[in-house]
Amino acid sequence: MESRWRQIQHSIVTSQFWKSIFRVGIPDTNRKRVLAMLGNVVLHLHPVKTRKSGVKMRYTWCAGGITFFLFLVLTFTGLLLMFYYRPTVEYAFVDILDLREQVPFGIMREVHRWGAHAMVISVWIHMFRVFMTGSYKPPREFNWVIGVILLVLTLLLSFTGYLLPWDQLAIWAITVGSNMASATPLIGLQGPGTGLLKIGDVPLVTSTNDARFGLLGGRFVGAGALLRFYVLHCVGIPLVAAFLMAVHFWRVRKDGGISGPV
Amino acid sequence: MSTPERQIEPPTDADVAPDGVTRRSALKWMALAWVGFAAATAAGLTATVRFLFPNVLFEPPTRFKAGDPSTYAPGVDERWKERFGVWIVRNTDSIYALVAVCVHLGCTPNWLPAQNKFKCPCHGSGYYVSGINFEGPAPRPLERAEIAVSPDDGQIIVDKATRYLYERGQWSDPKAFVKLT
Repeated sequence: MESRWRQIQHSIVTSQFWKSIFRVGIPDTNRKRVLAMLGNVVLHLHPVKTRKSGVKMRYTWCAGGITFFLFLVLTFTGLLLMFYYRPTVEYAFVDILDLREQVPFGIMREVHRWGAHAMVISVWIHMFRVFMTGSYKPPREFNWVIGVILLVLTLLLSFTGYLLPWDQLAIWAITVGSNMASATPLIGLQGPGTGLLKIGDVPLVTSTNDARFGLLGGRFVGAGALLRFYVLHCVGIPLVAAFLMAVHFWRVRKDGGISGPV
Repeated sequence: MSTPERQIEPPTDADVAPDGVTRRSALKWMALAWVGFAAATAAGLTATVRFLFPNVLFEPPTRFKAGDPSTYAPGVDERWKERFGVWIVRNTDSIYALVAVCVHLGCTPNWLPAQNKFKCPCHGSGYYVSGINFEGPAPRPLERAEIAVSPDDGQIIVDKATRYLYERGQWSDPKAFVKLT
C-alpha cells in the first residue's frame, strides 16, 4: 500500500503537467524551499523564512493578516453584491432593500458592511502594533509610508461605500464629507488662494469646475456622485489598494521579514 | 604655462557609427523623442482631467422664476425649497431669498414655524427668519441669493449662482432683496 502511494505520488510530481507548474519538485532541501518560494508569484511576496516571533500572535496580533483576510472577504462579497445593485438614483435604494428582503442570503450585504467596519478597525490595530514594536524604523520606513497610503485607501473605500445605499444618512454624510473638497487650496471653490485665480472679474474656479465638482460629477450629491463613487468603490480604489498591498507584502520580505523583538 | 587651446574638430571615424549616425544626431532624436513623450503625456493627463467635467449638467437651473411678488404672504414660503433649495421670505417691506444650505457642513435645514426658526437636522444649527445664526455650530448666517423683479412680466427672478453674505455687509445690496411698494 505504502509503495503504491509512493508510485502514484512519484508519477504525479514527475509528470510534465506538474513540472510545468511547480518547477523544483518536492522542496525537501533548503535550496529547493527557497526556489519554491521564489518561483511562485504569490509565495514570492512572502519571506522564505520567518522568525519564531513573526508567527507569535502575542507579538504581531496577526492584525495585518486579518486586514488582508477582510479585504478578500470584502472583495468576494462586494462582487456578489454587484450582481444585484444598480448605482442609479432610481434603483440604488430599492436594490438595497431587495438584498435584505428578497435575495437568498442577502446577509452578504451585512457581511460586506460589518467586514468593512472590521477592516477599518483592524488596519488601525495593525498600525498601532507596528508603531509599538518599532517596526516602522529603518530599513522598514518606506513600507510604513506604503502602509499609511493603504490606510487612506481603506478609509476612502469606506467613504465611497457609505454613499451606495443611497438613504438619507448616506446622502448627507457624503454631502458633509465632500464639502471638505471645497476647501482644497487653489482648486476648491472656498479654498485658500482660490479667490486670487481670476481674469478681471471672472473667477476661474466656479462651482462647476472645482475639486468638489470633479469628485461628485455635479454641484451636489446626485446621480453623478452615486455613479462616480460606485466606480471608485468597486474598481478604482481596490485596484490601487491591491497593487500597493502586493508591494507592501513584498517589502516585508525585502526589508528582512517581520521585525523581531529587540 | 598655458593649457593648449582646444579645437573643435569635425567628427572623426570613431564618432560615427557604422550606419552613419553621429552622436549629435542621435542626441537630437532622443531629445525630440522625450519632448514628444512629455507632450503626449501632458495631453493625455489634460484630456483625463477634462473628461471628468461634463459640458451638460442634468441639474435644476440656478436661475428660476418664482412667481408674482403678490403671491407671497408675510413670512417664510417653502414652495421652492424642494426643487431649488431656496426659501422666499417676505417681511414688512421686502422679499429676500435664503439659500437652504446650512453654512456649517451643507445639510438642508428645516423651517420650524412653531419656533419661528430654521433648524438644521444634522448638527443642530439654528437661524432666525432673517437667516442670522443664533445656535449650534454654524459659524455665520445663511446666504441670500440674488433676487429681482423681471421687467417683462413682473415675476420674481432668483439666481442662486450669485450669493450675498451678511458678514461682508452684502445684504444691503439692492440685488439682495426686492423692495415692496
